[in-house]
Amino acid sequence: MPKNPNIKKVLVIGSGPIVIGQAAEFDYAGTQACRSLKEEGICVVLVNSNPATIMTDKDIADKVYIEPLTIPVLEKIILKEQVDSVLPTLGGQAALNLAMELEEAGFLREHNVRLIGTKPETIKKAEDREEFKLTMEKIGEPCAPSEVVTNVEDGIAFSEKIGYPVVLRPAYTLGGSGGGIANNREELIDILSNGLRLSRVGQVLVERCIAGWKEIEYEVMRDSNGNCITVCNMENIDPVGVHTGDSIVVAPSQTLGDKEYQMLRSSALNIITELNITGGCNVQYALHPESFEYCVIEVNPRVSRSSALASKATGYPIAKVAAKIALGYTLDEIKNAITGKTYASFEPMLDYCVVKIPRLPFDKFISAKRTLTTQMKATGEVMSICDNFEGALMKAIRSLEQHVDSLMSYDYSNVTQEELIRKLHRVDDRRIFVIAEAIRRGISYETIAEITKIDIWFIDKIAILTEMEARLSSEPLTRELLAEAKRIEFPDTVIASLSNRTEREIKELRNEYHIHAAYKMVDTCAAEFEATTPYYYSVYGSENELAETKPKKKVLVLGSGPIRIGQGIEFDYCSVHSTWAFSREGYETIIVNNNPETVSTDFDIADKLFFEPLTAEDVESIVELEKPDGAVVQFGGQTAIKLTESLMKMGVPILGTSAENVDAAEDRERFDEILEQCEIPRPAGFTVFTAEEAKEVAAKLGYPVLVRPSYVLGGQGMQIAINENDIDEFIGIINRITQEHPILVDKYLMGKEIEVDAVCDGTDILIPGIMEHIERAGVHSGDSISVYPAQSISQKSKDTIVEYTKRLARALHVVGLINIQFIVCDEEVYVIEVNPRSSRTVPYISKVTGIPIVALATQVIIGKTLKELGYTPGLQPTADYIAVKMPVFSFEKLRGADISLGPEMKSTGECLGIAKTFNEALYKAFLGAGVNLPKYKQMIMTVKDSSKEEAVEIARRFSKLGYRIFATRGTYEYMKARGIDILCTNKIEEEAPNLMDLILGHRIDLVIDIPNQGSVRSHDGFVIRRNAIETGVNVLTSLDTAMALVNSLENADETQLNLVDIVQVKNI
Amino acid sequence: MKDMKAFLILADGTVFVGTSIGSAKEVISEIVFNTSMTGYLEVLTDPSYAGQAVVMTYPLIGNYGICMEDMESGRPWPDGFIVRELSRLPNNFRSECTIQEFLSKYDIPGIAGIDTRALTKILREKGTMNGMITTNENFDLNEILPKLQQYKPHDVVRRVTCDHPYTVGDGEKHVALIDLGAKDNMCKCLQKYGCEVTVYPAYTKAEEILQMKPDGIMLSNGPGDPKECTEIIEEIKKLCDSNVPIFAICLGHQLMALANGADTHKMKYGHRGGNHPVKDLKSGRVYISSQNHGYVVDTSSMDPGVAEVAFVNVNDGTVEGLRYFHKKIFTVQFHPEACPGPLDSEALFTEFIKMMEV
Repeated sequence: MPKNPNIKKVLVIGSGPIVIGQAAEFDYAGTQACRSLKEEGICVVLVNSNPATIMTDKDIADKVYIEPLTIPVLEKIILKEQVDSVLPTLGGQAALNLAMELEEAGFLREHNVRLIGTKPETIKKAEDREEFKLTMEKIGEPCAPSEVVTNVEDGIAFSEKIGYPVVLRPAYTLGGSGGGIANNREELIDILSNGLRLSRVGQVLVERCIAGWKEIEYEVMRDSNGNCITVCNMENIDPVGVHTGDSIVVAPSQTLGDKEYQMLRSSALNIITELNITGGCNVQYALHPESFEYCVIEVNPRVSRSSALASKATGYPIAKVAAKIALGYTLDEIKNAITGKTYASFEPMLDYCVVKIPRLPFDKFISAKRTLTTQMKATGEVMSICDNFEGALMKAIRSLEQHVDSLMSYDYSNVTQEELIRKLHRVDDRRIFVIAEAIRRGISYETIAEITKIDIWFIDKIAILTEMEARLSSEPLTRELLAEAKRIEFPDTVIASLSNRTEREIKELRNEYHIHAAYKMVDTCAAEFEATTPYYYSVYGSENELAETKPKKKVLVLGSGPIRIGQGIEFDYCSVHSTWAFSREGYETIIVNNNPETVSTDFDIADKLFFEPLTAEDVESIVELEKPDGAVVQFGGQTAIKLTESLMKMGVPILGTSAENVDAAEDRERFDEILEQCEIPRPAGFTVFTAEEAKEVAAKLGYPVLVRPSYVLGGQGMQIAINENDIDEFIGIINRITQEHPILVDKYLMGKEIEVDAVCDGTDILIPGIMEHIERAGVHSGDSISVYPAQSISQKSKDTIVEYTKRLARALHVVGLINIQFIVCDEEVYVIEVNPRSSRTVPYISKVTGIPIVALATQVIIGKTLKELGYTPGLQPTADYIAVKMPVFSFEKLRGADISLGPEMKSTGECLGIAKTFNEALYKAFLGAGVNLPKYKQMIMTVKDSSKEEAVEIARRFSKLGYRIFATRGTYEYMKARGIDILCTNKIEEEAPNLMDLILGHRIDLVIDIPNQGSVRSHDGFVIRRNAIETGVNVLTSLDTAMALVNSLENADETQLNLVDIVQVKNI
Repeated sequence: MKDMKAFLILADGTVFVGTSIGSAKEVISEIVFNTSMTGYLEVLTDPSYAGQAVVMTYPLIGNYGICMEDMESGRPWPDGFIVRELSRLPNNFRSECTIQEFLSKYDIPGIAGIDTRALTKILREKGTMNGMITTNENFDLNEILPKLQQYKPHDVVRRVTCDHPYTVGDGEKHVALIDLGAKDNMCKCLQKYGCEVTVYPAYTKAEEILQMKPDGIMLSNGPGDPKECTEIIEEIKKLCDSNVPIFAICLGHQLMALANGADTHKMKYGHRGGNHPVKDLKSGRVYISSQNHGYVVDTSSMDPGVAEVAFVNVNDGTVEGLRYFHKKIFTVQFHPEACPGPLDSEALFTEFIKMMEV
């Protein structure tokens, strides 16, 4: 069937800000789908509140709205743009839920707009627990005994009938939010009541616990003609009980015979057929390890994180094909872009093995529980490809960038046998390392399998790795041994330390023995057909099939690895745009990256894609074959920057700002010299190595002081210390990881935080705009609300900022991008941080000013001047719009994590509010971040003494808006005395009803909790914040944010919002 | 135990060095590749591989051991087995032994540890070719290569077919299954749809079969060059004339075409795997099929008055099924009985049942 001619203008709904459970994979899927639609001559209207995405670029869609993803906004866009169709299956659960609401309200029917991709009935059948169960029963597909409950009593009754443990899954939530396993009545009540609250429809599924069964997933596609294929199946190494997003996953399945494989494949096709899905779909199964019994766990009638993984694992572009199917094409009409010969109606065959490992955020949330459950906690993931499982696992481990490079990276050798067994029982992100230690100790495979329920096949593979560790440390390093160690991907560094040699010696030995990495192609067909798509992975001991190319110029672009807090999708945005810009300038482009969720690892972004770990050795192997003319590191975040020195040693020129100057910005002493030369003030500070030294300098500076390690990203380890105890604690934390560089201790200044991104060609600079943070200094810039253009600083300060930016860019000989953070305190401008590279504000400032910053920086890097490119240097004229970038957090997913804001970054994503006025922009930004007030018009305030005075104004304004404000005694009396209408409530340790009852009674919209900094933080505050977050209440921990919110509420009127198509924003 | 070296020598002079698996004996055979990611036991026990050595393109083989009940015939048939890596510790609740033990038991030689992707690319580019698996380190290419050029498997159907007719199952319909090298699941599928099946050796005379008055006749898959099977083709002509409904798969499909005056030719490297899309030209539906064939029917050679193409391969347009006019004959090149591979086209068996009912 050819495409439906009635589809001319399509609204594509994006997934909004990055949160745990909904990350970069939807930018990848959405971008691919938009390009696929445009290819067909469709006019694409895009809406997504997330400005850091590539899909919101003006060359991806015809109309781009970076607006809050709410029903009134969508309705407005649909009417304004007169779209004829809505495609909701590419923006994750968020988009699917919105489309369902539009459909259920009758809006789409009323305006003759069709839902394409998948029908509303299908979505309902797949997503509504009860309908899903009935549908499965109808076609004889087994589900675990389960019941949908809408209240706690029914949940208890059913659980006691089928017996504990039971699994709880709230309907219509993403990443399993609010779900979990309950082992007894107490846990059931706790999880169930929370789940009921979080579910959009107040339904929670209570089901028989099938924890311990194998978890298998199938990615299936179906077209309107009923043709079905499976793209890929995947096996979770961790059995059922751990969310698939938090599991180590292998593709294809390894421990299933053809009978099991085909049984589940047929089931998946039956399901997709019965649900009448047109597009992509993910089906998850639990398979009994010792029989053919299986249960369908879940069906996702849309592209998902798993489909992104399946696309990258096989080369099959699921989102692209899904978009074509939505237009009416059938699978046998869509060409397989990889081979160019075959069609989308086939099943990819792999001749390699793929391993995915989740990137968990416990390095950022030290207090959070590491336990993995059915609620997803990972912020991102890495993928690796190899021709053997052991090698793929080793490559994935070193891709994580968590200071791990082998199964020895966490040392359990001093742990007692008893403790080790106990650790084996604990399902957390380090269990694979514990299993390795258990094998080293000789604990039997059977015992390990019995405890972990991990298939013995995988345990034996881990054993092969630990056996190699033992051989390397005891046997002579023969050619055979070294070749085998490399075949299973032991990095040279690990071989060196085990065999008591240097890395250099290993490298020389490999040269002598001719042991080199070879590159194989991902071709969807196991070499059956010739493929031309240059998507490569490395192996040892095989023939190299990398085609040699000798273009005029060749550039290596280093990606940014897994998405984690502090290094998000923004850096993928920059890498991709830089690649495109190089390509336009006639360069052959090579991308190296290991993140399956991103646009940069799509096979048609660069001329060559290497899906490889971003370590010096892995990159060197590529460099040796490709011999690039240069590498660009300033777009890939800290991951790429870290490789600068290694690249120079390999003889690869660093394009743009030199490594020496990058270093000068990070090295405190050299940086101080530069500031002095430029006559730029900075807060007084010193470098130290020990806690004693730190206390000495802190005394000199006077508390509070900022303590942080150098060479970090996202303020990792940065803290405000108000006394000596804090210093001991913070330095202790920093020194848990051996520091190669000194620790910085600075005077903490409380002022306005200002941020600037600039492009410098070595002579001139271009500043697209000046951004101001709403939260005062001390809150990490990534967690602050950022406003462009700066609203509250004087012209004189602005001039000073521009002048300082110029001086710094020149002094550091910046060629390309520079990001500078300032503090303006009493009209005095101080520099607090300089990063001679791209930053997380680059995508947003590009969009709102219409200046393609990354493309400009890339052109400058290859030798063009700003003037040649037609730009007038200096601060650019202010754009027509005001933009507010709002951080978004995923605290509800991370049990035990402290949510109070400070110098260490905690947000996972961001959204943008863009409007003609500041208040409207701010309101849109809050809406986009999901701060949708009010429901009950009730709130709680607890404010530390030193901030009470400031809080009065805020309380007064909330009160004026009709909010009932509750406070505990101290805050209550202070406010009361100043004429605020306020109610008193007991503290949590006092008798009920107290503060906690208010929160758990679900009658509160907002908690404003301003805690003390440092070690005097109260435990009460922590408990309040956690409970509020876990019951879905908005919590603010900064008075500045609270002030902004009340400001926005005073001007709130969702129906009066003006939409801004950013494609229309002129490039000034 | 120290691994023994093994060598795979191709007719074009390429030599792969790996380790010996299974039997250490030397063998010359035709080298073909299969892209299935699961189902190695089904591949090994498929009689259609008689006279060939199989390369598995998926690199990790043997992970779930040997589940005897999944065998598609009484023994493995390939002359040799070529893999990237054999699992040292298989695990599956049904597994009875390791693939290493299985190969040794049946004296099948093989080679592991070679770059199977590089080998596959050679076969794809130069076409299926002969090769030798040997553990003799002192081989002489000058002596071996001419032997490889000359080698041609022949009379393979006679090797794989059963010795005597036998009957299994019971049901309303009685089907005569001509065993050209039939996979067990073909018989099982017929039984599943309520047929009593009498299996006949490939060289049984048509008269003997027709005498039993079967409701339907099924021609199975099998190995080798269809044009070699001249005697069988003659009998098939007689079966055609009988008006008994006939369903044929793979080699059976090719022999039926030859019996009706069409021609077949050898493909460059054939179709072997579980991911081949075939399109039903009547409904426009595409099914993912299991395939294993190196020869194909020439569509142009088929008299358009005799049969029409019912299925084509979406990838290369080759004929995948024929529907004969004026006769109850329906044949497919792919394997609706699967094993290994997708079960998507199993419904064709019900179509055969319907043909018998009319």
